[in-house]
Amino acid sequence: MAKLTLDDLRKLRDTKKREMNQRETDGKTVTVIIGMGTCGIAAGAKETFDAFADEIAKNRLGQVLIKQTGCMGLCYSEPTVEVLMPDMPGIIYGKVDAEVARRIVRQHIIGRTLIDDHIFDKPHADLVPSLTASKKAG
Amino acid sequence: MAFKNYILVCGGTACESSKGGAIHEQLVKELREQNVAHEAQVVKTGCFGFCERGPVVKVLPDETFYVNVAPEDAREIVAEHIVKGRPVTRLLYDKSQSRRQTRVDDLDFYQKQFRIVLRNCGFINPEAIDEYIARDGYAALERALFQMKPDDVIEELRKSGLRGRGGAGFPTWKKWEFSKLARGDEKYIICNADEGDPGAYMDRSTLEGDPHSVLEAMTIAGYTVGATRGFIYIRAEYPLAIRRLEIALEQARAYGLLGTDILGSKFSFDIEIRLGAGAFVCGEETALIASIEGRRGMPIPRPPFPAVRGLWGKPTVINNVETLANIPVILLKGGEWFGRIGTETSKGTKVFALTGKINNSGLIEVPMGTTLREIIFDIGGGIRGGKAFKAAQTGGPSGGVIPAQFLDTPIDYENLAKLGSIMGSGGLIVMDEDDCMVDVNRFYLEFTVDESCGKCAPCRIGGRSMYNLLTKITQGNGTDADVVQLREIGHAMQKASLCGLGQTASNPVMSALRYFDQEYLAHIHDKKCPAGKCKDLVTYYILPDKCIGCGLCARRCPVSCIAGEKRKLHVIDAAKCIKCGECYNACKFEAVQRG
Repeated sequence: MAKLTLDDLRKLRDTKKREMNQRETDGKTVTVIIGMGTCGIAAGAKETFDAFADEIAKNRLGQVLIKQTGCMGLCYSEPTVEVLMPDMPGIIYGKVDAEVARRIVRQHIIGRTLIDDHIFDKPHADLVPSLTASKKAG
Repeated sequence: MAFKNYILVCGGTACESSKGGAIHEQLVKELREQNVAHEAQVVKTGCFGFCERGPVVKVLPDETFYVNVAPEDAREIVAEHIVKGRPVTRLLYDKSQSRRQTRVDDLDFYQKQFRIVLRNCGFINPEAIDEYIARDGYAALERALFQMKPDDVIEELRKSGLRGRGGAGFPTWKKWEFSKLARGDEKYIICNADEGDPGAYMDRSTLEGDPHSVLEAMTIAGYTVGATRGFIYIRAEYPLAIRRLEIALEQARAYGLLGTDILGSKFSFDIEIRLGAGAFVCGEETALIASIEGRRGMPIPRPPFPAVRGLWGKPTVINNVETLANIPVILLKGGEWFGRIGTETSKGTKVFALTGKINNSGLIEVPMGTTLREIIFDIGGGIRGGKAFKAAQTGGPSGGVIPAQFLDTPIDYENLAKLGSIMGSGGLIVMDEDDCMVDVNRFYLEFTVDESCGKCAPCRIGGRSMYNLLTKITQGNGTDADVVQLREIGHAMQKASLCGLGQTASNPVMSALRYFDQEYLAHIHDKKCPAGKCKDLVTYYILPDKCIGCGLCARRCPVSCIAGEKRKLHVIDAAKCIKCGECYNACKFEAVQRG
């Protein structure tokens, strides 16, 4: 990878920002984000990850992207998983073991219904949604 | 086909016991009766917090938050919200109850937390630099390098009011300015990631979830004070954080965001990782520097402060992980923006690792000035098992306890100091009625005695003496003179110890003696442990008129010291009893007593 100039960095940021906002890369419309900090992994997030990958492959869901991220902050409900897809609110599921992961694929992603007893509140809304957006007056 | 709305009914223990189940049923029934069953799905969820205002119901996708909902309200929620699409105002969470609503202007729905430091944690893939860049990563570095002079950066930090998040709360801009003004052919930036408080994991999670934010801030610091090398001092027991930092360093170098001539600015900076062996004292800055230099991690007297004479005798800025993670945001949004969040003396947010006897343990970030009550009951979902709140320990082994009467005190550096505790790095341990203060104090002293480097006498000898006295009291052999002595040694340690470890090691005891002296006296005079924790002071026995002879206690007893025939009185053999309390917790008839 070549070193970036200032212009390169700005272009890269714009491109990536657009990609992230569309939440669509290479035809992937559904994103499954798995919290994989030390805490998540200790609680079994790797098994959860594998179960998602397996169930998604089995159902031939080419549009689903599985991603890892750091700690979501909901330590009491690890492993935690966020599911983002069109026409559905963003949902954070907690205590997602392999079995629940498979249910999320079948009921949430395919069936478009939410799953009882595993939804946890989003820990926050982001205070700084876009830092480079125009500064608010005052 | 997807539903238009999703109605989330809190299924947490507190909401469940206050009719959460009935609300769920009614909602399903109403959806059917009003012929809109195909438009909304009713779902039972985990605990949402806000348990004191439960049962709570949330409607998606508009994130409407209803509190104190009764089963009878189901008809109106369905008729108004689902059918007509307008919220039931009467049940809305009253925004005026939350002071935070008035502080930051751009929020229009209920909110428990604000995230600046943790802005990317749980959002981005920490192993992909592109995702960090997409969320305005390295834009602050860009601004610093091309639009700001070093003095502008310091001025922005001064306006922000940012203070060190490692615990002591020293103004960050001053530290940077001292280093900038100090003479030296070489200067260094150190990130202190030697997180050592028991139960604290803020820094680990930040590094694991968003390593680039720290790298970017260190580079900005280098540009500001005139340093070209940085070090991250992190304990080897954080393997995942280390791996993600290594990946991040490699990616930043490949993009030319670290290394020579960054983005064509002529400024060069690079960062190395230094692993610590996990000694608590190495979080103290002079001991940390010694450890990086390859010497044994022991503190030296200050001044001179590291900002003037630090690593290898050169001016060195040492900042904690959380402090650094704030800096890119401050440069992008401006110091004034940051200065509007928080209290008069403490600006911005604070990350806490919320643990102990709490329902929703977790990593949280709240504005300075949030009260303990909001943290424990709104975010944390209250005390586990419906027990009574006793106290919260902030600042870990260097801090103190905050009892129930101060639940509504806004948390900032000054208020915590006034209460006899400290902000600390962010460990927040919640204790309930089953926790014994003397026992907790003894636990912390055991830790600090273990971790003391032994260089100065007040810490080495004082800590051990206090620990011995506490042990004596928990065993029922304490006297009034012991309490006097604890206070005396504690004061001496605070005044005479060489570094922060010894100066603060007696804090837990001093604050417990301030608020829970009665509990100490119960151990000493009555030879009783009110919380039932100190085994030498507790006996278990069975009340003859309450025991029905179900045998549950006998089956649970791990040392088989409970005997009795079926449907007849059972008896505990006190000589064999190990006082684990299993029988006490198992008995459904309150026949097993603790005294």
